[in-house]
Amino acid sequence: MGRKQRRLIIIALSALCLAAAAALVMLAFRDNIVFFFGPTEIKEGKVQPGKRIKIGGLVVEGSVVKAGEKVSFSITDGSENVDISYVGILPDLFREGQGIVAEGVLNQNLAFTASEVLAKHDENYMPSEVADALKKSGHWKEGEEQ
Amino acid sequence: MAIANPCLPWLALLTVACLIWGLYLSLFASPADYQQSETVRIMYVHVPSAWMALFIYSVMAIASLVAVIWRHPLAEIAAQASAPIGAAFTFCALVTGSLWGKPMWGTWWVWDARLTSVLILFFIYLAHMALTSAFDDPARGRRAAAILCLVGFVNVPIIKFSVEWWNTLHQPASVLKLGGPSIHADMLWPLLIMALAFKLIYLCLLIVRMRNELMAARVRNLTAARARG
Repeated sequence: MGRKQRRLIIIALSALCLAAAAALVMLAFRDNIVFFFGPTEIKEGKVQPGKRIKIGGLVVEGSVVKAGEKVSFSITDGSENVDISYVGILPDLFREGQGIVAEGVLNQNLAFTASEVLAKHDENYMPSEVADALKKSGHWKEGEEQ
Repeated sequence: MAIANPCLPWLALLTVACLIWGLYLSLFASPADYQQSETVRIMYVHVPSAWMALFIYSVMAIASLVAVIWRHPLAEIAAQASAPIGAAFTFCALVTGSLWGKPMWGTWWVWDARLTSVLILFFIYLAHMALTSAFDDPARGRRAAAILCLVGFVNVPIIKFSVEWWNTLHQPASVLKLGGPSIHADMLWPLLIMALAFKLIYLCLLIVRMRNELMAARVRNLTAARARG
């Protein structure tokens, strides 16, 4: 066996070990790397009340109530809802139907008090004229399942 | 190098033309986004920079593999010459991403999987540069850096798929995904032209930097020969 083949085999074996190690590490960290929890995970009791966490979901249409700086709204993942209350300035992208991530504390009744609200934007990009035309003709988001 | 040298002026001209065309399309001719309005224009610099960060690292990994197995000297030099360019593009992606995150998400930085893994990529680039020049013998430095580059490649798929494997604040891929791009053609074209322009910038800089490195090696050999008398 030549030196080149030997080097090739050593590298292939090391790469295999490294990939396996990385996969195991990521499997072990799977829950820790999660940036936020969804409403379903909250209702299933995966999160202890009183701990500082982040939760994410879509803002429920018609749920936003503003009173001065105080805002309350609900977020959903399609099956479960969580009520959130927040005092402060909301990001520009915050609106009904928008994905958001809130950081704060869950109380005993599974309602959430947020200290920070971040907007999450989706992977769709289109000109405003096209979006307006789609809304007007009634084809808005017809490709997406609800 | 014999082919690369006469091509370089034309390549540089093509790069500048492509960059001007791409910048005009992305900053003036392309439409505003339905949700982000004018802020979406940061995308035309941010996304090509981020693609380059991964592309250059992949090129370096292939060059390092060739260098380690077949001991090809040009491959080692290509990897060494690429590292600072890749680091610059990664830095650019991190900074423009931060500037984009503040108005859109409401924060400069979050420790989600995508942002953290790209920051790690930036540190790997810096480590690669440091390790290359950490030895008195340049050949040993390049050998060590090649191993680091191959080990660090494990981060590349993690960056690419981080937005699908975990919940992140960063949105999933818009262009390279199953079912075709979810970005309107009027915005996709300027993005692709900017990506091409960035690739050409890399190619120009790579040729210049590799030429410099070959000349520096020749100078080192001549001085060594003279010292021996």
